[in-house]
Amino acid sequence: MTKGKKFFAYTFLIVVSFISVFPLYWMMVAATNRSVDVTRGTLMFGTALFDNANKLLGSQNVSTALINSFKYSTIMTLISLLICSIAGYGFEVFHDKAKDRVMSVILLAMMVPFAATMIPLYQMFSKARLLNSTLGFILPTISTPFLIMMFRQSARSFPSDIMEAARLDGLTEFQIFYRMFLPTMRSTYAAALTITFMNAWNSYLWPKVIMSDAKSITMPMLVANLTQGYVTDYGILMLAVLICTIPTVVIFFLLQKSFAEGITGAVK
Amino acid sequence: MVNSNKKRSVGQKQSMAGWAFLTPAVLLIGVMSFLPMIQALFLSFQTGIGNKMKWTGVTNYIRMFKDPVFMQALKNNFIYLVIQVPIMLILALILASLLNHKDLRFKGLFRTAIFLPCATSLVSYAVIFRSLFAVDGLVNNILIKLGFLNTGYNFLGHPDSARIVIILALIWRWTGYNMVFYLSGLQNIEYSVYEAAKIDGASPIQSFFRITVPLLRPTILLTAIMSTNGTLQLFDESVNLTNGGPANATITMSHYIYNVSFKYVPNFGYAASMSYLILFLVAFLAFVQLKVGDKRD
Repeated sequence: MTKGKKFFAYTFLIVVSFISVFPLYWMMVAATNRSVDVTRGTLMFGTALFDNANKLLGSQNVSTALINSFKYSTIMTLISLLICSIAGYGFEVFHDKAKDRVMSVILLAMMVPFAATMIPLYQMFSKARLLNSTLGFILPTISTPFLIMMFRQSARSFPSDIMEAARLDGLTEFQIFYRMFLPTMRSTYAAALTITFMNAWNSYLWPKVIMSDAKSITMPMLVANLTQGYVTDYGILMLAVLICTIPTVVIFFLLQKSFAEGITGAVK
Repeated sequence: MVNSNKKRSVGQKQSMAGWAFLTPAVLLIGVMSFLPMIQALFLSFQTGIGNKMKWTGVTNYIRMFKDPVFMQALKNNFIYLVIQVPIMLILALILASLLNHKDLRFKGLFRTAIFLPCATSLVSYAVIFRSLFAVDGLVNNILIKLGFLNTGYNFLGHPDSARIVIILALIWRWTGYNMVFYLSGLQNIEYSVYEAAKIDGASPIQSFFRITVPLLRPTILLTAIMSTNGTLQLFDESVNLTNGGPANATITMSHYIYNVSFKYVPNFGYAASMSYLILFLVAFLAFVQLKVGDKRD
């Protein structure tokens, strides 16, 4: 690149990066300021963080929402990774015509909009008394075509002579999966973990449908409820947004590298 | 003979193990996606409240095309789709090909910054944008200080500006996500191809259109289908950024379906018929995109 073009490229990237980060910076600034100062347009960190925290914890059941969100998302991620990785492995390693056909039917489920399944699922779950429960939260999205496809792609690179050797050594098929495949596919699992945990943590429509009990609400629901009042206290609101955002940002930073690697595998 | 029999039984054993491996996932998708989808189809031809449903033929489907709110919602989804998706994908492509340059520094930093919005939940970023564009929000503050406005403009109170805010928010949240897909797609293209093109006198813009875009076509197709699918199902933003307002001017189809099912007097039959229109649109547009995008030169 010539100097002029480089200058243009850097300027463009800096502007886009700034726009990407600024709203999150502002969110943190607002969380540490009084609402009045936020509406005056302050861009500096303030001293009202503890005030805001007291007011937020006093008016909303933050700990319940946080614990719920952690519980639902963690259980969802663990079971989902297990079920989908076994399935993806099964589809690839033991593939034949029948299984390939099942896979292409499964992929069609990606096209089904949630609005189309939401009402029958709600009826089904209220009959089964699964409203306001962890099982109710996780069941609809615990097995996803996307994750199955991701693990199927990564199983393609799993060497078949290792499997043959393991079989000769007398390992069962499940042992081969558990002892050979699982440890070697760390980056795929890390990417799947990031995606599944974030989706579970951030999900809003389904919890809004089935979690009618105040004891069962999630963190995004709590944030949304805060905006329903007549007057918005920006300091408190942005502190809630910050609390809701921290877990996913932490996971994102911890697993960023494997996430990119995992996605590369899924696209290939 | 004995040997081949033994082989077959080993093969069968493995095939059975394979079925055992994929059964839980397949069953769950069957019960949680396909079964409710069929139930929704039946529901869409019924009317009534609770368990007192009766068959009504296609009245629900006729009703939705006469329902001004649903027609507005349909129009809104298409406005978001037609304006936001192309801008976002083109921006993501440009950013990805810039970040793919070998002699550029701080690539990791730029990539992280641009991808960061994806780590915020949909509710969170909708609430952040709602606050930034409020009458007493930061954007109005800055516009007043710069002298463009005398008093705060109600961005979310006017249909057009409210839609623009939703579009801006969507671009902010999803550009980095698509960029990551393009970046990993670009890793499959040998960098020497670009160097060869440069030696042959190709400008960066020429190599963008002649090398990057054609070689990334499968990835572009994937992201286009995913974004179309996502845009037709928008819910969180409509609820938390504008609450569908002013007066349902920015409401999306999923938001309206939610209101009809759970907010107003529940009308599951009518809601199911509207959800089938989304299903049809998603499938139809994916089909068109596959037809157009999968052409080989």
